[in-house]
Amino acid sequence: MKKTLTSAAVLMVAMTGTAMAGTLETVKERGAVQCGVTSGVPGFSVPDDKGNWKGLDVDMCRAVAAAVLGDATKVKFIPLNAKERFTALVSGEIDLLSRVTTWTQTRDTQLGINFAGVNYYDGQGFLVKKELGLKSVKELDGATVCVQSGTTTELNMADYFRTHSISYTPVVFDTNDQAAQAFDSGRCDSFTTDLSQAAGLRTRMQDPSSVGALPEVISKEPLGPVVRQGDDTWFNIVKWSHNAMLNAEELRLTSANVDKMKAESTDPNVKRLLGLDGPKGQGLDLADDWAYQIVKQVGNYGEAYERNVGKDSPLGLDRGLNALWNQGGLQYAPPMR
Amino acid sequence: MKYELQPALPPPSSMIGVVGWLRKHLFNGPINSIATIVVGYFLISLLVPTVQWIFIDSDWVGDSRDACTSGGACWVFIANRLDQFLYGFYPEAEHWRVQLAFIILIGSIIWLVLPQTPKKGLVAALLLVVYPIIAFFLLYGNAFGLVQVETHLWGGLSLTLVLAVVGIVASLPLGIVLALGRQSEMPIVRSVCVTFIEIWRGVPLITVLFMASVMLPLFFPEGMSFDKLLRALIGITLFQSAYMAEVIRGGLQAIPRGQYEAADALGLGYWQKMILIIMPQALKLMIPGIVNTFIALFKDTSLVLIIGLFDVLAIGQAANQDPKWIGYSTESYLFVALLFWVFCFSMSRYSQHLEKKLHTGHGNRA
Repeated sequence: MKKTLTSAAVLMVAMTGTAMAGTLETVKERGAVQCGVTSGVPGFSVPDDKGNWKGLDVDMCRAVAAAVLGDATKVKFIPLNAKERFTALVSGEIDLLSRVTTWTQTRDTQLGINFAGVNYYDGQGFLVKKELGLKSVKELDGATVCVQSGTTTELNMADYFRTHSISYTPVVFDTNDQAAQAFDSGRCDSFTTDLSQAAGLRTRMQDPSSVGALPEVISKEPLGPVVRQGDDTWFNIVKWSHNAMLNAEELRLTSANVDKMKAESTDPNVKRLLGLDGPKGQGLDLADDWAYQIVKQVGNYGEAYERNVGKDSPLGLDRGLNALWNQGGLQYAPPMR
Repeated sequence: MKYELQPALPPPSSMIGVVGWLRKHLFNGPINSIATIVVGYFLISLLVPTVQWIFIDSDWVGDSRDACTSGGACWVFIANRLDQFLYGFYPEAEHWRVQLAFIILIGSIIWLVLPQTPKKGLVAALLLVVYPIIAFFLLYGNAFGLVQVETHLWGGLSLTLVLAVVGIVASLPLGIVLALGRQSEMPIVRSVCVTFIEIWRGVPLITVLFMASVMLPLFFPEGMSFDKLLRALIGITLFQSAYMAEVIRGGLQAIPRGQYEAADALGLGYWQKMILIIMPQALKLMIPGIVNTFIALFKDTSLVLIIGLFDVLAIGQAANQDPKWIGYSTESYLFVALLFWVFCFSMSRYSQHLEKKLHTGHGNRA
């Protein structure tokens, strides 16, 4: 009911306001991108001990700032909770929402917002103790499963187990933390949550190496940056900022070698990406070196991934679905030409 | 024959000293003895590991989680983020401004609290009128050569205190006005006040904050945005003033009718009557109620975390999510609880002191 009301309110504004045109001008005038983030999800957006925001979603914001303003530090991070995030975007309090938001039909079509891409393919998985020797979710017949209550996680699990006729006993908890701790102390045989979160929770268990994930991923959770509907210039900028990071990785451009490549490379793809040739910044109303600034200041997608959630981070997530398309993953960007 | 009283014998050794006290208070019968032993057992079995975890086995110095090896509490985590707990994301070079603002505040409060200091009236007036302006420019800047620090960077204990102090200072006068209005004989004033109080008292603070942060922006014209902190502050103040009004109305009703009539008989006007006769007596009676409301308000400020403001509790929760420090949430929650307790306990002690000092006759405690 509450959800319906919020949606209705958001929708109302979306229809009457038809969104603000000219986000790009507003951002340039302000000299900063206002970016909505979480108030703390490990690896995606979280303040470090110096108060600097870190994470994959945060790097998305920084990339847009680098493209538009030429300075990745010119971002104002506005922490939002899950309920107020869309209102904040639609009412113009933020320019860009980068807050582990799952792309769904309802959200995309009814809330007056647009998803500008997918910067993380997440999915729901199951953690089990390795000593049980389980190989598949199908072997969980009769198991007890710890889960956070009132989430899509709980519903996805119910759907999956019903369709596969597996009997199970859910043990529900208020927060994911509690569910993980209960699993750790042996209250349940298995623990289910989104895999990106499972990684973080796993590191704080008594013996992380004794816990493993089952291979099945039972839901699709494509997370991505979101913008207001009705401002296509800004929508394109965010979309292509993400694409530039992916293309840079594909072309092996990194923040370390981009200067050298800009001076020496003869690859036409590289030259187009760095704004020496091709469409440059024209259609986007940006400076010609917008993509160069992203790669130089933020890095390519792979760098951002490894630094925040991948092997250089405490979460240690594999690339999995988030590898580039030519390396067995789903991350695929249209060519820049 | 001369009779002489024997000198009194000392009481048996089992009735005095430590043993006597123990017998009298803890072991004066089989049931009480059993209760003492059982409760004592639970207390010890709970306290010993807790103290050991907090103090003995804990780690205090270091700069990463590798320093936490002893298995007890990892205070290194708190120490590393102490600045954030106190100032939120306020730029480090500007911390002195927050410190200065609070030093002035605490200094003037101490001045007002200590019995011997002169010119209390002047200090109080400065604190209420001039200080908010100074504090605003100190914290927000953008004038007098101070760099602007936007409110989304404010956080931690200083944000909690800003919310609480503004809420307390603004809701008291508003509450007094509302309470007087509710008792007024003018029908329009009265019905406006009653409606205001009943509406604000009838909704939970969470709803007020959500309205302020989620719904309100939808009603503003496009492009106009109102500072989120300001919205929250206004919400909290209006909410608390409704509560305050009811506490004050309770105090006003406790003043005997004779006092009102005596004031009328002296020919005092309405405001003179209220300011000189009724309020001084009523406010004294209301101290426990008012301080109770203040304490509740202070703790309620932590609700702003649901609208994405980083008060001290939200900073603690964000810290818990730092992948480098995952797994030390107990420490941060304990630390936040300690901070809240220190402030609430001091308020409560001061109110007791004030009650004793102002006790001049009313009430039934001699």
